[in-house]
Amino acid sequence: MMHTQFAIEARGLSKDFGKLRAVNALDLNVPRGQIYGFLGPNGSGKSTTIRMLCGLLTPTEGTATVLGTAVPGPARDLKPRIGYMTQRFSLFGDLTVLENLQFIAEIYSYPTAGRAKRVGELLEHYDLVEQKKQLAGTMSGGQRQRLALACAVLHHPELLLLDEPTSAVDPQSRRDFWENLFRLASGGTTILVSTHYMDEAERCHRLAILDHGVKVADGTPQELQAKTGMHIIEVSARDPYKAQSVIHRLDEVASVTQLGIRLRVLIPERYQQPAARVEAALAAQHIEADVRLSVATLEDVFVAVTLPSNGEAK
Amino acid sequence: MSLSRIMAIVKKEVRQLRRDRLTFGMVVGLPIIQMLLFGYAINTDVRQLRTAVADQAGTHLSRQFVAELSQTQVVELVESVETVERLNALLRGGRISIGVVIPSDFDRRVSLRSRAAVQLLVDGSDPTILGVANQLRNMPFAFDLGPSATSLWQFAEVRANYNPERRTPVNIIPGLIGVILTMTMILFTAVALVRERERGNLELLINTPLSSTELMLGKVMPYIVIGMLQLALILAVGRLLFDVPVRGSIVDLYLAATAFVAANLALGLLISTAATTQFQAMQMMVFILLPSILLSGFMFPFDGMPPAAQYIGEALPNTHFIRLSRGIMLRQAGLGEMLPDLLFLVGFTLFAMTLAAARFSKRLD
Repeated sequence: MMHTQFAIEARGLSKDFGKLRAVNALDLNVPRGQIYGFLGPNGSGKSTTIRMLCGLLTPTEGTATVLGTAVPGPARDLKPRIGYMTQRFSLFGDLTVLENLQFIAEIYSYPTAGRAKRVGELLEHYDLVEQKKQLAGTMSGGQRQRLALACAVLHHPELLLLDEPTSAVDPQSRRDFWENLFRLASGGTTILVSTHYMDEAERCHRLAILDHGVKVADGTPQELQAKTGMHIIEVSARDPYKAQSVIHRLDEVASVTQLGIRLRVLIPERYQQPAARVEAALAAQHIEADVRLSVATLEDVFVAVTLPSNGEAK
Repeated sequence: MSLSRIMAIVKKEVRQLRRDRLTFGMVVGLPIIQMLLFGYAINTDVRQLRTAVADQAGTHLSRQFVAELSQTQVVELVESVETVERLNALLRGGRISIGVVIPSDFDRRVSLRSRAAVQLLVDGSDPTILGVANQLRNMPFAFDLGPSATSLWQFAEVRANYNPERRTPVNIIPGLIGVILTMTMILFTAVALVRERERGNLELLINTPLSSTELMLGKVMPYIVIGMLQLALILAVGRLLFDVPVRGSIVDLYLAATAFVAANLALGLLISTAATTQFQAMQMMVFILLPSILLSGFMFPFDGMPPAAQYIGEALPNTHFIRLSRGIMLRQAGLGEMLPDLLFLVGFTLFAMTLAAARFSKRLD
């Protein structure tokens, strides 16, 4: 078995569903022991990519190596080394928490001697001791998600694939969930997680932004924020709606997003004096506003890289 | 292949089944309801057919004949009329099923025994009633005509082998075992995989080291036991309510039923790999169930069917099982005497299981 520094390597990975190209020529390097994020809107190809990587879908083109094994291929040896948490709750709603965990332990042929101990440990870790005898189908979103994660990591997988694990849970559960992910990563588990939450993406060691099946950017969150290729300007105005319509008409402006009374304005870096341009335009229309340069957030990065003209001014 | 993984699936299935009251009720309820339906309601030994008599003779002898007729209990005299026209009117109106015309020269016809002494007007739109009328014609009547003459018609004895009392349940229940097991067994497994696909469980399962064959075997095994329980239930009800015997070896019967149940479960799994929703699985099941009832020899004698229907019938597990169960239960036959039917069931199972496991790929596309 090859031991590279990457848990996942993909070259030109593509997937067609009929005439639709869901994933297009994706290159991917996921380092071992890190949390790697897939950020993108619904339908951007996140789930399809994850399903190709775990062998559920056959790529139309391209190759991938997961934990040193070619995918798709004879995946028998790979399955026990991967943990997969589906987007939709996929455990058995008519079995109890304990029964679900026991079932997974049996399916993964977890050594009988340590089985009860491992299950008890997971119940403890994932705060499910009280729900032990509850049917999984009657639990809350957060509880189900903890059970799903417990089941996905029961057999100590080297690689954990998580498909939008937090889409159905409240903010507190999301925070707890990420605590668990960090603990797993520090234990050496490689984690690939897809999300459409910016705050979650920011927590990843590295991330790739997907849009319409294409990887439009990748790197650490800091790297991505440093090289948006945009000036970020924040405008506070008493009438943000009016201000927005004025700014929108400027040729050099790539995007305007309203956040409460503030506007985030993205202007490509090749334009000089961006703040002055915006200020002048507003003053010409007698709109009072506070205009200042700002630092890119991941949200800005996301907006910048997913612009239809790919960052060019309109 | 790992036995412990298969057992994990078996255990899971049993746990889920125990919590699924509807399915659990079906295991017990369906056989009982079907038994009662077929045993009582669908009964081809007809009794108490409404009958009217036009006695134009009005003699001592004719009155004696009418009295004997009603004692058979096959007919129930509801009306006495004067004319044949009136009888025909009652028949047309559906008020009676059989009309008996006793001509005015009845006594003479009886003593001469040259011509038919009475005429039966029958509602021929129902072939069963026509059959009863034919039976009636052959029924012996004894008349006190003096020392020389004793009967009205020739004694045409009908000897019924294996079911001398001509009771329908005796013939129906061995076949009904096949129909009930076809219905429940295919139903259980036809939805088994589809349901897990719909609930999303399948995406989890195919990402584990579980193999297709292990999954298939694990799904089928608990239902074989359930099939055996159903068989026991049917036999018990058949015995208690309808006095249906098991003349042959009970072990042979269970062996035949095991092969048959396995064949149906495998067929159900095959359906499950082809259907994408539970509703589709149900639709496909109907395609199997209807011919299993109509073309298997359960409803109509197999030999009487046109060749095309017989070909279809031969391909159905139920046809072969009904031959086995009737043979063992009624004719006291041994499995060895009906080996081809047993081998068909075993072969069918292997074929359908292999096909199902091959069709069920561990991928989503």
